[in-house]
Amino acid sequence: MLGRTLREVSAALKQGQITPTELYQKCLSLIKKTKFLNAYITVSEDVALKQAEDSEKRYKKGHSLGDLDGIPIAVKDNFSTSGIETTCASNMLKGYVPPYNATVVQKLLDQGAILMGKTNLDEFAMGSGSTDGVFGPVKNPWSYSKQYREKRKQKPHGEKEDSNWLITGGSSGGSAAAVAAFTCFAALGSDTGGSTRNPAAHCGVVGFKPSYGLVSRHGLIPLVNSMDVPGILTRCVDDAALVLGVLAGHDPKDSTTVQDPVKPFTLPTLTDVSKLCIGIPKEYLAPELSSEVRSFWSKAANLFESEGAKVIEVSLPHTSYSIVCYHVLCTSEVASNMARFDGLEYGHRCDIDVSTEAMYAATRREGFNDVVRGRILSGNFFLLKENYENYFIKAQKVRRLIANDFVNVFNSGVDVLLTPTTLSDAVPYLEFIKEDNRTRSAQDDIFTQAVNMAGLPAVSVPVALSNQGLPIGLQFIGRAFRDQQLLTIAKWFEKQVQFPVIQLQELMDDCSSVFEIEKLGSVSLKQ
Amino acid sequence: MAAPMLRWCYLGRRWVLACIDGGSRHGRGAAIGFTSSRKRGQSSVAQQPLITAQKSRKGEHKWAAVVGLEIHAQISSNSKLFSGSQVHFAAPPNSLVSFFDASLPGTLPVLNRRCVEAAVMTGLALSCRINKKSLFDRKHYFYADLPAGYQITQQRLPIAVNGSLAYSVCAGKKPSQVITKTVRIKQIQLEQDSGKSLHDELRSQTLIDLNRAGVGLLEVVLEPDMSCGEEAATAVRELQLILQALGTSQANMAEGQLRVDANISVHHPGEPLGVRTEVKNLNSARFLAKAIDSEIERQIHELENGREILNETRSFDYKLGCTMPMRDKEGKQDYRFMPEPNLPPLLLYDTASLPPGADPQQVINIDWIRERLPELPSETREKLVQQYGMLPEHSFALLNEVGLLEFFQNVIKETRAEPKKVTSWVLNIFLGFLKQQNLAVNESSQSPRSPARSSFTSGESVGRTDQKQGACCWSASEKCHGPEPSPVTPAALAELLSLLDRKAISSSAAKQVFEELWRSKGKTPSQIVSEKRLELMQDEEALERVCHAVMEEHPQVVMDVKRGNSRAINKLIGLVLKATLSRADPTVIKEILEKKLSS
Repeated sequence: MLGRTLREVSAALKQGQITPTELYQKCLSLIKKTKFLNAYITVSEDVALKQAEDSEKRYKKGHSLGDLDGIPIAVKDNFSTSGIETTCASNMLKGYVPPYNATVVQKLLDQGAILMGKTNLDEFAMGSGSTDGVFGPVKNPWSYSKQYREKRKQKPHGEKEDSNWLITGGSSGGSAAAVAAFTCFAALGSDTGGSTRNPAAHCGVVGFKPSYGLVSRHGLIPLVNSMDVPGILTRCVDDAALVLGVLAGHDPKDSTTVQDPVKPFTLPTLTDVSKLCIGIPKEYLAPELSSEVRSFWSKAANLFESEGAKVIEVSLPHTSYSIVCYHVLCTSEVASNMARFDGLEYGHRCDIDVSTEAMYAATRREGFNDVVRGRILSGNFFLLKENYENYFIKAQKVRRLIANDFVNVFNSGVDVLLTPTTLSDAVPYLEFIKEDNRTRSAQDDIFTQAVNMAGLPAVSVPVALSNQGLPIGLQFIGRAFRDQQLLTIAKWFEKQVQFPVIQLQELMDDCSSVFEIEKLGSVSLKQ
Repeated sequence: MAAPMLRWCYLGRRWVLACIDGGSRHGRGAAIGFTSSRKRGQSSVAQQPLITAQKSRKGEHKWAAVVGLEIHAQISSNSKLFSGSQVHFAAPPNSLVSFFDASLPGTLPVLNRRCVEAAVMTGLALSCRINKKSLFDRKHYFYADLPAGYQITQQRLPIAVNGSLAYSVCAGKKPSQVITKTVRIKQIQLEQDSGKSLHDELRSQTLIDLNRAGVGLLEVVLEPDMSCGEEAATAVRELQLILQALGTSQANMAEGQLRVDANISVHHPGEPLGVRTEVKNLNSARFLAKAIDSEIERQIHELENGREILNETRSFDYKLGCTMPMRDKEGKQDYRFMPEPNLPPLLLYDTASLPPGADPQQVINIDWIRERLPELPSETREKLVQQYGMLPEHSFALLNEVGLLEFFQNVIKETRAEPKKVTSWVLNIFLGFLKQQNLAVNESSQSPRSPARSSFTSGESVGRTDQKQGACCWSASEKCHGPEPSPVTPAALAELLSLLDRKAISSSAAKQVFEELWRSKGKTPSQIVSEKRLELMQDEEALERVCHAVMEEHPQVVMDVKRGNSRAINKLIGLVLKATLSRADPTVIKEILEKKLSS
């Protein structure tokens, strides 16, 4: 049951094959068993039980609230949740319990979803590995998959197996791991430079970043306001569309959301792609791109072509400036957004009270990690009067050029762009931490963050396993507010590639002490 | 908020162009007003009164002062600029704070339509160009009462620019020497207010009240076209009246709804401008002029003694009567301005650019607001002068006191007395009594567009203070108790003036009646007249008898008159008046006496 998609389990609930509380119990016990993945910061066990019981009552009366009623979900720990601690994986917000729900959380709860817990991330979503949070790194469930283990056994390695665990990618690694390990059916991430799509690719799940302005940011603790978008992580494209249907639309509390009403929708099943034009941006053929990813990218392009779609090479000429431009804009907004964490109204406060200024300084020193402090420092540098023109203004201009690149390509008749999501498959943690956060973020966001600059919708779809037995994802980028079209094409593609289901049987056999009861080995994405 | 400053109105042509001409309301005149005011501003440097320092040894160096103002007016609105929290003065601390106001992470600003309309209205009233697209910016600084660590303001592209404000000052000793001056308005911007810090020196702690945090402000930036404290104070007063007439701000300085910062420098005419200082928190009408003048004097004194003026922020110490450096503002402040990413550009429309089918709730039409602008103080004064033949300075005085104009109009409606008489009674006797007894014009008679004073409680009006100095910058001598309303109603005064007009009582008796009205509420003037037997003596024979008796009793005075001392007759008139208990008409007495003396 846990391996099913959201739509499938929703149907099972409606048919009475399983009750919301049973489903909740199964997810909860799996969350506990996979605690070592460190996917969750907070498991809202009691609140979720109450929600499951309420849902069960509704089902008994025949008054289900819809497709999400009784569905266990997880939410990244940078979305405000009323009454549930929201930490951003930072000392600064340890113990902070928001008095309100983020709009997206409220919308899910209004549909009867069961909030299982808050998922792990890089501190304040600053990172691409989910390794830099105060609660420790998230482990990629694929580290324990049969597919990966079997490949590793072929290679003679002297190291201990457990030290070879892989990162999830980030910063929404907890949400990606939670969905990949079957502990919930959908999870919210956030996506500022690729933070939803990157871990989705590494964890073999669908990671969708909606158009900027389509989904409310109210309650999402911001990284870069002008680029942040709530992201959706699910096991299939249809599920992402279902969740998007619930979340999308104007929010009077977020002035940057679109005014036009958004109606719920079901993705059509595309049978003919011959009228589509798929763009392949030549600048995305980066030297650092692994040959495996490159080969799957080509195969995907060929697949479209063989089915009659027009596949053309396109140019996004300002792509190479994107990362440095992002760095300036991101750190500047970070410096500004983080100014509120001064220890006065909420969050961490140091013991020093000789003066207000000394209190601020020590509070922020203790509350933020090096990554956050580093970004605040550079952001404030860029915003100084003498630097503003040379850095911030220039970066904004470059941002406009990058956005225009996309506009030009789409105006030339391209429907969607097809690109890699990541440079390679997931790397082991010990490998990952050899580079610092900044370098990693710059490398790993290369294919994803230009999309945030332009506010476009994009989705990472798992394609196949690498030679190591690890997931590889490809990204589709759509026109602004053509999220449905984008997902429709992604759904067609998903059906063609038949991405294999994660096999966690191996894990159970190896770690029988960890996995005692539940038999997971035979779960399949498409039962 | 009594501001008993002399103000004279000079309805010069230029002034008319800039401010009164209805054309400027419809856009045509805006450019004219601007051009003319710019000329005014440019020439004003040369026209500035020249100040000679008191201790100028050689006495040859003339100094000119240049004063610009930044005025923060709290927008009169039910809710804050970006949140739904209520706005009330003197509410219990931290009782009007939304999650956004407390800067809870994840909260976002949502612009208050009412505040935007108030800004557009104020901009139009000050002949500004309204920007159809304006932007919001973040201004960063750390302060305990600024929860987000930044203030949302309009630094790059404000909602209104290039306006002008006309005000009149007395230029000499004679009332006829009045000058209407114009100060250019650089811009009007929307911004958030901060909270309040209350420093408890004893326990060395700071208490924060966020009720005010996020309240909408209009920052009105006046170009440095003024040259002394009185000019600045008069310009501020005129702006205050305009805001009150518009209803866009209650502009009550004692409640902190109008706060002024002044940029001041001195230089020798013909030489480049001097280094300027900023005097912050001039939050009292009483000390505004004084603070500016003392800073001008200080700068001249410094320069004449060979010292330099530092570009610094100072505050006015009302006890010492001079400005002091603000120590917490030391060092270079870099506000690290950045566009506010959570607010899209603020777009305004006029009838021509209004998108078809636009939801009226979602768009603001500048023309619609322009058409509904209420009468401005300058227009009201003009009308008073035209309609009642009033002296310009009297029209200023009537507008200067909250509710006084309405009181005046109600009196004039109900009496046949001459408008000049009514003006004189309202301004001299009635207003004199109010001032003397610290009373307000009756609340119920207040004009709806000059908002009522809400009562304020002592101890609550604590402004932002300098943390280290511990000196409260708020004027502690502002009145702490709201004045009681006047006991004399317009109807009573009207009746009294009618009695006087038809010569039923003498003017001195009228004054007695007025005093009696003050003391015994509820009685009508007629009742008082009959109770106190103050009717004018209509019986001429009886009056002649009194005159005769007085002459008999004072032969020496009679002799004086006969010897040609013309002033002595006044003494006789006074004696007769006294004998009749002021019930006789002095002119009639004079006639009788003259007849008797010449016979």
